Amino acid sequence: MLGRTLFIDPGRCIGCQACVSACRECDSHRGTSMIHVDYPDAGHSTAALPTVCMHCEDPVAPCAEVCPAEAILVTADGVVQTADPTRCIGCGNCVGACPFGVPQVDPAQKLQLKCNLCYDRTSAGLAPMCATVCPSGALFYGTLEQLTTERPGVSVVTEFAFGEVVVSTGVAMVAPASHRGPVPGGLPLVEVNGRPA
Amino acid sequence: MTVPDGPHPVLAERTGETLVPTHCCFCGVQCGMYLRVDRRGKVFGVEPRDHDINRMRMCPKGINAYQQINHPDRLTAPLLRERRDQPFRAVGWEEALDHTAERIRRIQQESGRDAFGVLGGASLFTEKAYLVGKFARVAARTRHVDYNGRLCMVSAAGANKLAFGIDRAANPFADILQTDCLLIAGANVGECFPVLTQYLWGARDRGAKLIVVDPRETVIARTADEHVALRSGTDAAFFNAVLHVLVREQLTDEDFLAAHATGWAELKAKVSEYPPDRAARICGVPAEQVVRVARMFGSAPRAMAWHARGIEHHTQGVANCLTVINLCTATGNLGRPGAGYGTLTGQGNGQGGREHGQKSDMLPGGRSISDPVHRAEVAAIWGIAEADLPPAGTSMMEMVWQMQAGEIRGLLGVCNNPFVSLPHYATVKDGYDKLDFHVQLDFFLSETAANAHVVLPVTTWAEDEGVMANAEARVVKHNKAQEPPPGVRTDTWVLCELARRLGHGDKFDFPGSREVFEELRRASAGAVNDYYGITYERLEATGGLAWPCPDLEHPGTPRLFEDGRTYHPDGRVHLQTVDWHPPAEPQDAEYPLTLTTGRTVAHFLSGNQTRRLDPLVAQTPRPWVELHPSLGYANGQPVKVSSRRGSMVLPALVTEAIRPDHVFVPYHWAYPVAANELTIDALDPRSKIPEFKVCAVRIEPAAAVDPVAAPPRPPGRAAHPAPDDMSPPTAPQGRGTDDRR
Repeated sequence: MLGRTLFIDPGRCIGCQACVSACRECDSHRGTSMIHVDYPDAGHSTAALPTVCMHCEDPVAPCAEVCPAEAILVTADGVVQTADPTRCIGCGNCVGACPFGVPQVDPAQKLQLKCNLCYDRTSAGLAPMCATVCPSGALFYGTLEQLTTERPGVSVVTEFAFGEVVVSTGVAMVAPASHRGPVPGGLPLVEVNGRPA
Repeated sequence: MTVPDGPHPVLAERTGETLVPTHCCFCGVQCGMYLRVDRRGKVFGVEPRDHDINRMRMCPKGINAYQQINHPDRLTAPLLRERRDQPFRAVGWEEALDHTAERIRRIQQESGRDAFGVLGGASLFTEKAYLVGKFARVAARTRHVDYNGRLCMVSAAGANKLAFGIDRAANPFADILQTDCLLIAGANVGECFPVLTQYLWGARDRGAKLIVVDPRETVIARTADEHVALRSGTDAAFFNAVLHVLVREQLTDEDFLAAHATGWAELKAKVSEYPPDRAARICGVPAEQVVRVARMFGSAPRAMAWHARGIEHHTQGVANCLTVINLCTATGNLGRPGAGYGTLTGQGNGQGGREHGQKSDMLPGGRSISDPVHRAEVAAIWGIAEADLPPAGTSMMEMVWQMQAGEIRGLLGVCNNPFVSLPHYATVKDGYDKLDFHVQLDFFLSETAANAHVVLPVTTWAEDEGVMANAEARVVKHNKAQEPPPGVRTDTWVLCELARRLGHGDKFDFPGSREVFEELRRASAGAVNDYYGITYERLEATGGLAWPCPDLEHPGTPRLFEDGRTYHPDGRVHLQTVDWHPPAEPQDAEYPLTLTTGRTVAHFLSGNQTRRLDPLVAQTPRPWVELHPSLGYANGQPVKVSSRRGSMVLPALVTEAIRPDHVFVPYHWAYPVAANELTIDALDPRSKIPEFKVCAVRIEPAAAVDPVAAPPRPPGRAAHPAPDDMSPPTAPQGRGTDDRR
């Protein structure tokens, strides 16, 4: 059962990058954004997709699992923290391991840059900056009950298939109600007015 | 209304900072925000605010807005030079003000009072906008005053006045949540008003339909139920055809029309000339789509239309707005929750800035400067004889032509950047270059200020208090978060000091914004734009009040026409017939494509502010030309775009999300990549708005893109590194290739 977490709705994203700017303002990593916006249909439509850490489970996030320095820690609430700067050697294993393309490594600092779900805010009961400011609701923070109260009938998935490997995530993605099973390839499934988009 | 929010409990207690509740300086949504102030009294960040306009949501411009306040490019001392070929020197305020007043006086003595003009801006607080109008008429005693909202809202204003007798949105944003069908025309909501998308999605979550009318697939058009990708400049034909279908299929509200409208018989006869097939030929959209839109809008129990510059920046901008009003009125969609009409203001105070006398033909309260009764009322408040009040002046673009002709020899500009924002750059520059004296008030050295003789450094929005009215005509209070730098003054102080030197200090004895607002309230009392019941205390208590607000107990007027009456003496909607006419410069063999211009989400208007903020520059460092793949260009390829007025080379952004016969260029950058080198200065004869959204261009391959000039900065400041690495557009709304990663 999902607790308080991020819900991504790619159909709503307007690509404004407010989430990226807001992430940069979070005190835990002031000045550097840990997330970005992808444009999965570039050249054809204005589809956009906020790319945030999915805080994978199962049982340990792949980035944490492959970290040779054990720098990437997971707190009891399932938040996959950004790499501990005293331990991170900037090797980039996590970049290769992450199926969603989330972590980046600053080569000059030899340090991983990754979303920690605005831990200074979420641990104090606030929403992360990205979801707080998202103008369209492409990023929503709360419980599934809160989401369905605002948006009756919404359906979410937390399993993504990469080939034969299925990854479970702490962050959920909105998917069409007709969809069953893991979402293939980690790419968004969006229906617009009843048609795939 | 929401009760006022106090300081944010968790963060403020933890860090000892102060959170100052205020609103964004940028668009007409006027999102609430907190500015984070450190122990030294400096603004260092932003915190989302749970104001009921935006409910914590913000766009990238609002999140980064605070970085202007302590930016190294800030103007911190007056700059003066006798001639443009001399460099600026920093001087004291006394010298700058004395010099300015002397030059105004000399020009007026030599060439008459009207040889000196004043141009304001709609990003000013309403108090300052009021003061600009009063300064021009009472202190400088010139008829020539106008403002940069002439480039924004005046077509909507003209239509609103003709149809309703009042110039504001008929409904609040919250009504969007209750509508069953939402029509958005010429408004790129996702880039210009990103926070409004929460309202759009809120409506759609209830099952509302969304119709988007725009030549480009904007981010809200992508998921719309209908995206009408019509040719730019054909809106009137389209909406006339929609109304034609409504009449044919008996989807009009005849009872409402009989009770509340005039002119319906004539309008019905006119739209009978616009069957869907005719619109299909004119607009370049399928005739069946016209029918579908009409049925969707006409059958909805509650329908609502909002529009912005896309249908207003035209030689028949007023007519386009009237056709949307006709649609709402004909279907009885006015005066009810979820049913109505609104126009989205692009500038923070695009609504308030046009209400109280900054316009060439208007006095406070929305009064007409040509009406003897209105003139007498305002003259009494201002303590002058009615005969001393100048007559109406001319519009902003017309003033530039008068500058070229030598009729206007001196100009005071405040809060505007015409070198980037007015159309036909060569004409604009020529007009300004011919001025014998030009003084500009700003907090950054804009391209226009860099061309002036005197530049006076004034406060940002966070260094003074005042009010703005957002696109739903809700007056909100901005609060001072920080003292300005030592050499910086408020616009209020500057205008009062100049007025004193011109001999009218007794009428400009305003210690600050509050005192100006008190006079503004009295000056607006009893007029249509009545602010008398609005006080700073009431705004703090309520979070904002919609005008008209005629007395101190009045709750404000979020929704107009609930009593079934407009503000015309007969209480009716005055329906106007509209015929479609082609744009001033249609496509032809030599210039086969249509250029349309607009905004990108990371930048604001002329870009004088946002082109200095590193996160926004990183998001969108340079302009591009957006074009369809069928035109045969590769993404990122240098493309020369030429109109009859100029040309520039921009990187191509190749996308199917635009009509094949159109190209788009964003308008935030300055020469040599300013969209206004291409745009046409043809004006709507009624509103005098320029036709930014249509002109004829051609494109051809080129060798290298033109560079993006760094914005001007005060003398002696370290240069910012140029943001331009000449790579293709990275991520403007996903329309191109994100190949930098």
